[in-house]
Amino acid sequence: MLQVSSVTKYFNDQKIFSGFNLKVDQGQFHVIIGPSGCGKTTLFDALTGVIELDEGTLSWKQKLVFNLTHHAAYMQQKDMLLPWFSLLDNALLPSKTGGQNMVNAKKQALKLFNRLGLSEYESHMPNQVSGGMRQRCALVRTLMFNRDLILLDEPLSALDTITRRSLQSLLLLLQTEFKKTILMITHDIEEALLLADEIYLLSPQPMTISRHFILDQPKPRKFNDPVLLKIKADVLDKLEGDLIHEP
Amino acid sequence: MNRNNLLAALLIALILGLWEFFVHILAVPVFILPPPSSIFTTAVIQAPRILPHAVITLTEILMGIGLALCTAVPLAIIMFAKPALEKAFAPFLVASQAIPVFALAPLLVVWLGYGIASKVFMAWVIIFFPICISLLEGLKSCDPEFKILFRLMGASFFKKLMLLYWPWALPRFFAGLKVGVTVATIGAVIGEWVGAQQGLGFLMIQSNARLQVDLVFAAILWLTAMGLSMWWIVGILEKRIIKWN
Repeated sequence: MLQVSSVTKYFNDQKIFSGFNLKVDQGQFHVIIGPSGCGKTTLFDALTGVIELDEGTLSWKQKLVFNLTHHAAYMQQKDMLLPWFSLLDNALLPSKTGGQNMVNAKKQALKLFNRLGLSEYESHMPNQVSGGMRQRCALVRTLMFNRDLILLDEPLSALDTITRRSLQSLLLLLQTEFKKTILMITHDIEEALLLADEIYLLSPQPMTISRHFILDQPKPRKFNDPVLLKIKADVLDKLEGDLIHEP
Repeated sequence: MNRNNLLAALLIALILGLWEFFVHILAVPVFILPPPSSIFTTAVIQAPRILPHAVITLTEILMGIGLALCTAVPLAIIMFAKPALEKAFAPFLVASQAIPVFALAPLLVVWLGYGIASKVFMAWVIIFFPICISLLEGLKSCDPEFKILFRLMGASFFKKLMLLYWPWALPRFFAGLKVGVTVATIGAVIGEWVGAQQGLGFLMIQSNARLQVDLVFAAILWLTAMGLSMWWIVGILEKRIIKWN
């Protein structure tokens, strides 16, 4: 279980968040939605160790940790593929840097390439494939971290709508097939409704959880589920309300 | 030949044509300014005489480049790994460029002798800075988001260097190397002017004293051809190595 307890972060006396709490149970898919600039990325920066928290604690699997550097895999909005490596070599980066057995790692990566619809593209260079394929490769690389916790920072927001929809089903595989614990930031409410077990709706700075939705509908879900449509309307209402009241 | 190359060739032809024309019209003596036709003829006819000197100068330049690579690359990496060291070394690096190479040349001949060592050292002084600084800037220009990704992977500095920083810095490194190899001729020739028994610089000084100005120009032509060839070779290497750009 990932537990974020009473964390606080200031930037030059400006309170980004204070006493912020979050809990993601093992194997759960939790999603954070909030207005731009509310502090979501600062929270992820703190989780990944880019910045230090001023107060509060983080724990992963009941152990206190300074940050999640050695515990989480991370996938960002940009595919972050190195242009000088083939798709396969990009996917193998976590294994290369971690000093793993490369024969086994290659077998695992090829299996994932096959599973995520990238077979026969292993030796292609990133500039030879589409944005969707690059992001699939980034997803394989994320899985090659071989870590139980995955942080997703708007991983599909740079893609067109059609490609995004096809990749959302692959994100779901992270939970259903690969049994990962996932915390994702997104701006796409429908994406959150399709994937999340719990949605945290955040307020503008100082960032707090303004609404918390628990979604127990079975997955894969459909957009036209009346319960989901009701939650979507609630989320939009709340976001619009926050924007109106924003100073 | 593309449009740009054609324009460059036309411009060169125009300059040489005007030069040839005015030298003949104004009847400029050959020992003051020989016409381009005479320079080209001398450069070809005197090739057996120029070649041994060119080989010496080229050797000095190549050794200077080798020495610069062996020192500038590790220093740039060390300064990148330890920014405190960059701050410590920066004044020396800048000073190495602020001191006129001409002022150093006589001293180097005194210290290192009339042989090849003083010229290699001169070439090294000139090449070192562009390679070191461009590589350092290239390493520092790495996208911070990639640094985060590699840190999350738990990569050691060596792994990050090999897989991320070095390939990232290669375009800038080659830009610096291109500058380095073209200016390297300056260092070697200045060294030869001050004190040498062979080399194109030595040939130029000797020919100048004997008013063989066409031979001076022929030596300059050879030097230019050497500089351009090295620039071209580095360009080819760059294209072969940096395939992703």
